[in-house]
Amino acid sequence: MEIKVLKDILSANEQIAERNRQLLDSKSVFAVNLMSSPGAGKTSLILETIKMLKGKTRIGVIEGDVSSSLDAETIGKEGVPVIQINTGGGCHLDANMLSSALSNVPLQDIELLLIENVGNLICPAGFALGEHKKVLISSIPEGDDKPFKYPLMFHKADAVLINKIDLLPYLKFDTQSFSQAIRGINEKVEIFQISCATGQGIQEWLSWLLTQMSRR
Amino acid sequence: MHEFAITQSMCDIVLEQAKKARVKKVGKINLVIGEMTGVVGDCVQFYFDFISRGTLAEGAALSFVMVPPKARCRDCDKLFDLKEFDWTCPYCGGNSLQIVAGKELFVESIEVE
Repeated sequence: MEIKVLKDILSANEQIAERNRQLLDSKSVFAVNLMSSPGAGKTSLILETIKMLKGKTRIGVIEGDVSSSLDAETIGKEGVPVIQINTGGGCHLDANMLSSALSNVPLQDIELLLIENVGNLICPAGFALGEHKKVLISSIPEGDDKPFKYPLMFHKADAVLINKIDLLPYLKFDTQSFSQAIRGINEKVEIFQISCATGQGIQEWLSWLLTQMSRR
Repeated sequence: MHEFAITQSMCDIVLEQAKKARVKKVGKINLVIGEMTGVVGDCVQFYFDFISRGTLAEGAALSFVMVPPKARCRDCDKLFDLKEFDWTCPYCGGNSLQIVAGKELFVESIEVE
Protein backbone atom coordinates (compact mmCIF):
# COMPACT_ATOMS: atom_id res chain seq x y z
CA MET A 1 0.00 0.00 0.00
CA GLU A 2 1.27 3.47 -0.83
CA ILE A 3 0.61 6.39 1.50
CA LYS A 4 0.91 9.88 0.01
CA VAL A 5 2.94 12.13 2.30
CA LEU A 6 3.93 15.24 0.28
CA LYS A 7 5.65 16.83 3.23
CA ASP A 8 8.60 19.19 3.03
CA ILE A 9 11.59 17.58 4.74
CA LEU A 10 12.62 20.86 6.35
CA SER A 11 9.12 21.66 7.65
CA ALA A 12 10.07 20.89 11.27
CA ASN A 13 12.95 23.38 11.01
CA GLU A 14 10.62 25.94 9.40
CA GLN A 15 8.19 25.65 12.33
CA ILE A 16 10.92 26.28 14.91
CA ALA A 17 12.21 29.16 12.76
CA GLU A 18 8.73 30.69 12.81
CA ARG A 19 8.65 30.44 16.62
CA ASN A 20 12.07 32.12 16.80
CA ARG A 21 10.79 34.94 14.59
CA GLN A 22 7.74 35.42 16.80
CA LEU A 23 9.96 35.61 19.88
CA LEU A 24 12.25 38.16 18.17
CA ASP A 25 9.24 40.20 17.03
CA SER A 26 7.75 40.21 20.51
CA LYS A 27 11.00 41.76 21.79
CA SER A 28 11.29 44.13 18.80
CA VAL A 29 14.61 42.61 17.76
CA PHE A 30 15.59 42.62 14.08
CA ALA A 31 17.68 39.56 13.15
CA VAL A 32 20.09 39.18 10.25
CA ASN A 33 21.49 35.81 9.13
CA LEU A 34 25.00 36.48 7.79
CA MET A 35 26.28 33.80 5.44
CA SER A 36 29.41 33.37 3.32
CA SER A 37 32.25 31.01 2.57
CA PRO A 38 35.02 30.90 5.21
CA GLY A 39 37.19 34.01 5.13
CA ALA A 40 34.86 36.25 3.11
CA GLY A 41 34.58 38.72 5.99
CA LYS A 42 31.57 37.92 8.16
CA THR A 43 33.37 38.72 11.42
CA SER A 44 34.99 41.83 9.93
CA LEU A 45 31.58 43.08 8.76
CA ILE A 46 30.12 42.49 12.22
CA LEU A 47 33.00 44.41 13.84
CA GLU A 48 32.64 47.27 11.36
CA THR A 49 28.86 47.39 11.86
CA ILE A 50 29.23 47.46 15.66
CA LYS A 51 31.85 50.23 15.44
CA MET A 52 29.77 52.41 13.12
CA LEU A 53 26.48 51.96 15.01
CA LYS A 54 27.94 52.41 18.49
CA GLY A 55 25.67 54.68 20.52
CA LYS A 56 22.94 54.51 17.84
CA THR A 57 21.74 50.91 17.75
CA ARG A 58 22.01 48.29 20.47
CA ILE A 59 23.49 45.15 18.92
CA GLY A 60 23.80 41.53 20.01
CA VAL A 61 25.78 38.85 18.18
CA ILE A 62 25.45 35.08 17.83
CA GLU A 63 28.58 33.40 16.52
CA GLY A 64 28.20 30.06 14.76
CA ASP A 65 31.36 28.05 14.27
CA VAL A 66 32.28 24.40 13.91
CA SER A 67 34.61 24.83 16.88
CA SER A 68 36.53 27.45 18.91
CA SER A 69 35.35 30.75 20.38
CA LEU A 70 37.94 32.92 18.64
CA ASP A 71 35.39 35.10 16.84
CA ALA A 72 33.21 35.46 19.93
CA GLU A 73 36.21 36.66 21.95
CA THR A 74 37.15 39.21 19.26
CA ILE A 75 33.60 40.55 19.15
CA GLY A 76 33.19 40.44 22.95
CA LYS A 77 35.97 43.05 23.18
CA GLU A 78 33.61 45.52 21.48
CA GLY A 79 31.40 45.43 24.56
CA VAL A 80 28.32 43.89 22.96
CA PRO A 81 26.58 40.71 24.19
CA VAL A 82 27.86 37.74 22.21
CA ILE A 83 26.82 34.09 22.38
CA GLN A 84 28.89 31.34 20.79
CA ILE A 85 27.28 28.29 19.18
CA ASN A 86 29.69 25.47 18.40
CA THR A 87 28.06 23.08 15.95
CA GLY A 88 30.60 20.33 16.75
CA GLY A 89 31.26 19.46 13.12
CA GLY A 90 27.85 20.55 11.84
CA CYS A 91 28.12 22.60 8.65
CA HIS A 92 25.28 25.08 9.30
CA LEU A 93 23.15 26.61 12.03
CA ASP A 94 19.55 25.43 12.26
CA ALA A 95 16.47 26.90 13.90
CA ASN A 96 16.80 24.66 16.93
CA MET A 97 20.37 25.81 17.64
CA LEU A 98 19.24 29.41 17.34
CA SER A 99 16.32 28.74 19.67
CA SER A 100 18.70 27.46 22.38
CA ALA A 101 21.08 30.37 21.84
CA LEU A 102 18.27 32.94 22.02
CA SER A 103 17.51 31.95 25.59
CA ASN A 104 20.99 33.26 26.50
CA VAL A 105 20.77 36.53 24.58
CA PRO A 106 19.50 39.57 26.54
CA LEU A 107 16.81 40.30 23.94
CA GLN A 108 15.28 43.11 25.98
CA ASP A 109 18.58 45.03 25.78
CA ILE A 110 19.13 44.87 22.00
CA GLU A 111 17.46 46.03 18.78
CA LEU A 112 19.62 44.27 16.21
CA LEU A 113 20.82 40.66 16.32
CA LEU A 114 23.61 39.72 13.93
CA ILE A 115 23.87 35.95 13.49
CA GLU A 116 27.12 34.73 11.97
CA ASN A 117 26.40 31.40 10.30
CA VAL A 118 29.02 28.70 9.71
CA GLY A 119 31.25 29.57 6.74
CA ASN A 120 29.72 27.54 3.93
CA LEU A 121 27.84 28.41 0.73
CA ILE A 122 25.75 25.23 0.51
CA CYS A 123 24.19 24.00 3.75
CA PRO A 124 23.09 27.26 5.45
CA ALA A 125 20.96 28.12 2.38
CA GLY A 126 18.38 25.47 3.23
CA PHE A 127 17.93 26.13 6.94
CA ALA A 128 15.83 29.11 7.99
CA LEU A 129 16.66 30.35 11.49
CA GLY A 130 13.85 32.82 12.07
CA GLU A 131 15.84 35.77 10.74
CA HIS A 132 14.23 38.81 9.12
CA LYS A 133 16.86 39.14 6.38
CA LYS A 134 19.47 36.88 4.81
CA VAL A 135 22.71 38.64 3.94
CA LEU A 136 25.37 36.95 1.83
CA ILE A 137 28.96 38.17 1.75
CA SER A 138 30.96 37.23 -1.32
CA SER A 139 34.52 38.50 -1.64
CA ILE A 140 36.69 39.45 -4.61
CA PRO A 141 39.35 36.71 -4.09
CA GLU A 142 36.64 34.00 -4.28
CA GLY A 143 36.03 34.75 -7.96
CA ASP A 144 32.96 35.90 -9.86
CA ASP A 145 31.65 32.43 -10.74
CA LYS A 146 30.13 31.72 -7.31
CA PRO A 147 26.48 32.47 -8.21
CA PHE A 148 26.63 29.68 -10.80
CA LYS A 149 28.20 27.24 -8.37
CA TYR A 150 25.94 27.97 -5.39
CA PRO A 151 22.73 29.24 -7.00
CA LEU A 152 20.39 28.51 -4.08
CA MET A 153 22.34 30.74 -1.71
CA PHE A 154 22.37 33.64 -4.19
CA HIS A 155 18.71 33.06 -5.04
CA LYS A 156 17.62 33.37 -1.42
CA ALA A 157 19.75 36.31 -0.24
CA ASP A 158 18.03 39.64 0.48
CA ALA A 159 21.36 41.43 0.09
CA VAL A 160 24.72 40.45 -1.36
CA LEU A 161 27.80 42.33 -0.18
CA ILE A 162 30.84 42.13 -2.47
CA ASN A 163 33.57 42.50 0.15
CA LYS A 164 37.30 43.26 -0.28
CA ILE A 165 36.40 45.53 -3.20
CA ASP A 166 39.75 47.30 -2.60
CA LEU A 167 41.43 44.20 -4.12
CA LEU A 168 39.64 44.67 -7.45
CA PRO A 169 42.68 46.20 -9.24
CA TYR A 170 44.77 43.13 -8.44
CA LEU A 171 42.37 40.27 -9.22
CA LYS A 172 40.15 39.16 -12.08
CA PHE A 173 36.56 39.77 -11.04
CA ASP A 174 33.84 41.16 -13.26
CA THR A 175 31.46 42.89 -10.83
CA GLN A 176 28.98 43.69 -13.59
CA SER A 177 28.46 40.12 -14.83
CA PHE A 178 28.54 38.87 -11.23
CA SER A 179 25.72 41.26 -10.27
CA GLN A 180 23.78 40.54 -13.45
CA ALA A 181 23.87 36.77 -12.80
CA ILE A 182 22.52 37.27 -9.26
CA ARG A 183 19.80 39.71 -10.33
CA GLY A 184 18.76 37.24 -13.03
CA ILE A 185 17.64 34.67 -10.43
CA ASN A 186 16.84 37.04 -7.57
CA GLU A 187 14.55 39.99 -8.30
CA LYS A 188 14.55 41.43 -4.78
CA VAL A 189 18.31 41.40 -4.13
CA GLU A 190 20.29 44.50 -3.15
CA ILE A 191 23.98 44.39 -4.06
CA PHE A 192 26.64 46.49 -2.33
CA GLN A 193 30.36 46.80 -3.03
CA ILE A 194 32.18 47.15 0.25
CA SER A 195 35.56 46.91 1.92
CA CYS A 196 35.81 46.28 5.64
CA ALA A 197 39.50 47.25 5.34
CA THR A 198 39.02 50.72 3.80
CA GLY A 199 35.43 51.43 4.84
CA GLN A 200 34.25 51.80 1.24
CA GLY A 201 30.52 51.15 0.83
CA ILE A 202 29.95 50.57 4.56
CA GLN A 203 27.66 53.62 4.83
CA GLU A 204 25.45 52.26 2.02
CA TRP A 205 25.24 48.87 3.77
CA LEU A 206 24.34 50.51 7.09
CA SER A 207 21.75 52.74 5.53
CA TRP A 208 20.08 49.69 3.88
CA LEU A 209 20.23 47.80 7.19
CA LEU A 210 18.70 50.64 9.20
CA THR A 211 15.97 51.12 6.58
CA GLN A 212 15.07 47.43 6.79
CA MET A 213 14.94 47.69 10.59
CA SER A 214 12.65 50.70 10.51
CA ARG A 215 10.32 49.11 7.93
CA ARG A 216 9.71 45.98 9.95
CA MET B 1 27.18 17.15 5.31
CA HIS B 2 23.75 18.80 5.71
CA GLU B 3 22.41 15.40 4.59
CA PHE B 4 22.59 14.18 8.20
CA ALA B 5 20.06 16.75 9.44
CA ILE B 6 17.95 16.28 6.34
CA THR B 7 17.91 12.48 6.70
CA GLN B 8 16.93 12.79 10.35
CA SER B 9 14.00 15.09 9.50
CA MET B 10 13.00 12.77 6.65
CA CYS B 11 12.98 9.77 9.02
CA ASP B 12 10.87 11.70 11.56
CA ILE B 13 8.27 12.47 8.89
CA VAL B 14 8.21 8.87 7.63
CA LEU B 15 7.89 7.35 11.10
CA GLU B 16 5.15 9.78 12.10
CA GLN B 17 3.13 8.82 9.02
CA ALA B 18 3.80 5.10 9.55
CA LYS B 19 2.63 5.28 13.15
CA LYS B 20 -0.47 7.24 12.20
CA ALA B 21 -1.38 4.57 9.63
CA ARG B 22 -0.48 1.79 12.09
CA VAL B 23 1.68 -0.07 9.61
CA LYS B 24 4.07 -2.90 10.48
CA LYS B 25 6.88 -1.92 8.21
CA VAL B 26 7.93 0.75 5.74
CA GLY B 27 9.17 -0.97 2.56
CA LYS B 28 10.02 2.02 0.40
CA ILE B 29 10.36 5.80 0.73
CA ASN B 30 9.88 7.95 -2.35
CA LEU B 31 11.78 11.23 -2.17
CA VAL B 32 11.83 14.23 -4.48
CA ILE B 33 15.04 16.27 -4.42
CA GLY B 34 15.74 19.38 -6.46
CA GLU B 35 19.30 19.52 -7.72
CA MET B 36 19.72 23.10 -6.47
CA THR B 37 19.48 21.91 -2.85
CA GLY B 38 22.86 20.18 -3.22
CA VAL B 39 21.49 17.14 -1.37
CA VAL B 40 23.38 14.00 -2.42
CA GLY B 41 21.35 10.80 -2.58
CA ASP B 42 24.28 8.52 -1.66
CA CYS B 43 24.86 10.53 1.52
CA VAL B 44 21.17 10.34 2.48
CA GLN B 45 21.32 6.56 1.96
CA PHE B 46 24.46 6.33 4.10
CA TYR B 47 22.93 8.23 7.04
CA PHE B 48 19.54 6.53 6.60
CA ASP B 49 21.07 3.09 7.15
CA PHE B 50 21.99 3.88 10.72
CA ILE B 51 19.36 6.51 11.63
CA SER B 52 16.59 4.03 10.71
CA ARG B 53 18.10 1.11 12.63
CA GLY B 54 15.61 -0.43 15.05
CA THR B 55 12.66 1.57 13.64
CA LEU B 56 9.73 0.66 11.37
CA ALA B 57 11.72 2.08 8.48
CA GLU B 58 14.80 -0.09 8.93
CA GLY B 59 15.79 -1.69 5.63
CA ALA B 60 13.38 0.44 3.59
CA ALA B 61 14.46 1.15 0.02
CA LEU B 62 15.01 4.81 -0.81
CA SER B 63 13.93 6.07 -4.19
CA PHE B 64 15.17 9.46 -5.36
CA VAL B 65 13.54 11.54 -8.06
CA MET B 66 16.11 14.24 -8.82
CA VAL B 67 14.62 17.43 -10.29
CA PRO B 68 16.90 19.48 -12.57
CA PRO B 69 16.59 23.27 -12.24
CA LYS B 70 14.10 24.88 -14.59
CA ALA B 71 13.44 28.56 -15.16
CA ARG B 72 10.79 30.74 -16.75
CA CYS B 73 11.95 33.78 -18.68
CA ARG B 74 10.29 36.94 -17.36
CA ASP B 75 10.60 38.56 -20.81
CA CYS B 76 9.15 35.91 -23.17
CA ASP B 77 7.51 33.63 -20.58
CA LYS B 78 9.09 30.45 -22.02
CA LEU B 79 10.24 27.53 -19.84
CA PHE B 80 13.71 26.02 -20.15
CA ASP B 81 16.35 23.97 -18.30
CA LEU B 82 18.75 26.19 -16.38
CA LYS B 83 22.26 25.45 -17.67
CA GLU B 84 25.19 25.37 -15.30
CA PHE B 85 27.13 28.45 -16.39
CA ASP B 86 24.73 30.24 -18.68
CA TRP B 87 21.70 31.92 -17.19
CA THR B 88 20.23 33.47 -20.31
CA CYS B 89 16.97 32.50 -21.97
CA PRO B 90 17.73 30.29 -25.02
CA TYR B 91 14.71 31.77 -26.83
CA CYS B 92 15.08 35.53 -26.44
CA GLY B 93 18.42 36.03 -24.66
CA GLY B 94 16.70 37.60 -21.65
CA ASN B 95 18.36 37.20 -18.27
CA SER B 96 15.61 37.88 -15.78
CA LEU B 97 14.51 34.42 -14.72
CA GLN B 98 12.07 32.90 -12.31
CA ILE B 99 13.22 29.56 -10.93
CA VAL B 100 10.28 27.18 -11.16
CA ALA B 101 11.92 23.82 -10.36
CA GLY B 102 15.04 22.50 -8.69
CA LYS B 103 14.45 23.61 -5.08
CA GLU B 104 12.22 20.65 -4.08
CA LEU B 105 12.99 18.63 -0.97
CA PHE B 106 10.07 16.50 0.15
CA VAL B 107 8.76 13.04 0.97
CA GLU B 108 6.41 12.14 -1.87
CA SER B 109 5.02 8.89 -0.44
CA ILE B 110 5.85 5.78 1.53
CA GLU B 111 5.10 2.18 0.57
CA VAL B 112 4.08 0.15 3.59
CA GLU B 113 3.13 -3.35 4.67
